[in-house]
Amino acid sequence: MSNIEIAIAVIVVMTLVGLMFGIVLAFANKKFYIEINPLIHIVEDILPKGQCGACGYAGCMAYAEAVVINPDVQPNLCVPGKAPIAKMVAELTGKAAEEVEPKVAFVKCAGSVSKAKKAYEYKGVQDCVAASLLQGGPKGCQYGCLGYGTCVKNCPFDAMTMSDDGLPIIDNKKCTGCGKCKTVCPKKVIELVPIGIHVALNCNSKDKGVITRKLCTVGCIGCGICVKNCPHGAIKIENNLAVVDCEICVSVCSETTCTYKCPTGAIKNSIEKIEETSTVAAESSKNKTISN
Amino acid sequence: MGHYLTLLASNIVVNNFVLTRFLGLCIFFGVSKSLNASIGMGMAVTSVMTLSSMLAWVIYHFVLMPFHLTFLTTAVFVLLIASFVQLLEMVIKKHAPTLYNMWGIYLLLIATNCIVFGVPLINVENNYSFLESTVAAVGAGLGFALAIVLMASLREKLRLADVPKALQGLGIAFILAGMLSLAFLGFSGMISV
Repeated sequence: MSNIEIAIAVIVVMTLVGLMFGIVLAFANKKFYIEINPLIHIVEDILPKGQCGACGYAGCMAYAEAVVINPDVQPNLCVPGKAPIAKMVAELTGKAAEEVEPKVAFVKCAGSVSKAKKAYEYKGVQDCVAASLLQGGPKGCQYGCLGYGTCVKNCPFDAMTMSDDGLPIIDNKKCTGCGKCKTVCPKKVIELVPIGIHVALNCNSKDKGVITRKLCTVGCIGCGICVKNCPHGAIKIENNLAVVDCEICVSVCSETTCTYKCPTGAIKNSIEKIEETSTVAAESSKNKTISN
Repeated sequence: MGHYLTLLASNIVVNNFVLTRFLGLCIFFGVSKSLNASIGMGMAVTSVMTLSSMLAWVIYHFVLMPFHLTFLTTAVFVLLIASFVQLLEMVIKKHAPTLYNMWGIYLLLIATNCIVFGVPLINVENNYSFLESTVAAVGAGLGFALAIVLMASLREKLRLADVPKALQGLGIAFILAGMLSLAFLGFSGMISV
C-alpha cells in the first residue's frame, strides 16, 4: 500500500469507528435518559454554595434536590441564606416560607492566654481536637476555648480569625450561623445565638465557683447575682453556670442590668449592639451609683 | 489455574501499576486525600479497567487484527474507552442510582486516564488470551486500589502530623509515594511474567 492509501484507510476507519461509538452513545443517551427536574438547578443556583451542610444535607445540590422533590422538606433550612433565600426557595417550590431566625456563632469563653491559667505546656499538633485528646487540653479550665483555631480553619465563610490572645474572633457581618464551628469544636464552647440578644455569657465552665476563680479571672462562678438582678427573669443558674433565655432577653429586655452587676464580668453586652448598649449600661450604672 | 493466579498476584503486588510502573499518578495523588473517596476510586478503576480490557481485547482481535490495522490500536482504544465510560455512566445512573451516588463522579475522572488506557494496551502487546487479559486487568485494578487505599490511610494520618511548612500538602505526599514505591520495588523480580 502506498502512503496515500494508508492515510485514506486511516481516515475511513477512524471515521467509521467514531461514528459507530457515537451512534451507540446517542442511542444509549435516549434509552437511559433520566428526567431531571430543571427546578433543581434553579434552586441550587440561588443557594449560597458554602456547602456547609447546616441544612442537614450533604451539600447545596443535595438540599436543592430534596427541597424540590420531597414536599415535606422545608424551604427555610438554608441557615446561611437566611430569610431572603428561604423566601425565594419557597416561591420556587410553592411552599410556605417560615421565618428563619438569624443567628451568629458566639464563643462562650473570654479566658484568653492572659486571663486563664494553663495546666501544662503543649507543644504538639496545633489543633484543638488533637490538643483535647491529651488530658483534655493544656488549659486549666476544662470547659474553655483551647485557642488552636480548629473552628477558624473549618469556617466555610471565612468569618473567623484568631486573635493574638488565643481566642477566635467572629466577624458578625460574615458569619452566617451555619454552625460548622460549633460541630468541630471539641470543647463545645461555641454556641449559636440570635442576632439582637443584649447580653451573652462569656463562659462555659461548669466547675464550682471556687475552682473557676482559681483557673480564670473572667469565669462565671455561678453566684446568681445576675439572676437576682434581671427584672424579666431571663437568667437561670444551671450547673454553676448562668443560662440566658434568649427569647425573653431579645424580646423584652431593654436595660442590661446583669452586665454591670456581674462580679467577674462574665456576662457582657453582645453581638452587634456592643458599642450602643455598652454606653447605655455605663450611663445607667453611673446613675445607679449617684442615686445610691 | 496457577498461571492465572501468578498473573493476578504479579499485577497486584510485584508489577503494581502505580508504584512500580508509575501509571495513573494523577488520580493517585488527586483522590487520595480521604479514605472513603479512595475506596470509591479504587472500585471504579477496577471495574472500568476490567470491562474495557475485555472490550479492547475483542476489538483488537476481531477488528484490528483481521484488517491489519494494528497500527491504529492507540487511537481506537482511546475512542473505545472514552465512549465506554460514558456508556457505563449512563447505564449505572439509570439502573443503579445508589451505586452512581457512591462512585459515579469518579467514572468521568478516569475516562481517559493513562492507567485505564495503559492496561489494555500492555495486555495486547503481551499477546494475552482473553482470559489472561481479563485476569491481568483485575489484578491491575486491585493493585491500584491497594496503592490508593494505602496512600489515603497514610495521608489521613499525615494531616495530624507536624509537617515542615515547605513540604505541606503535595510535597510530603510525593515523598510518601516515593517511599511506598521503594517498598513495592522490593518485590521486583519475585515473579517474572
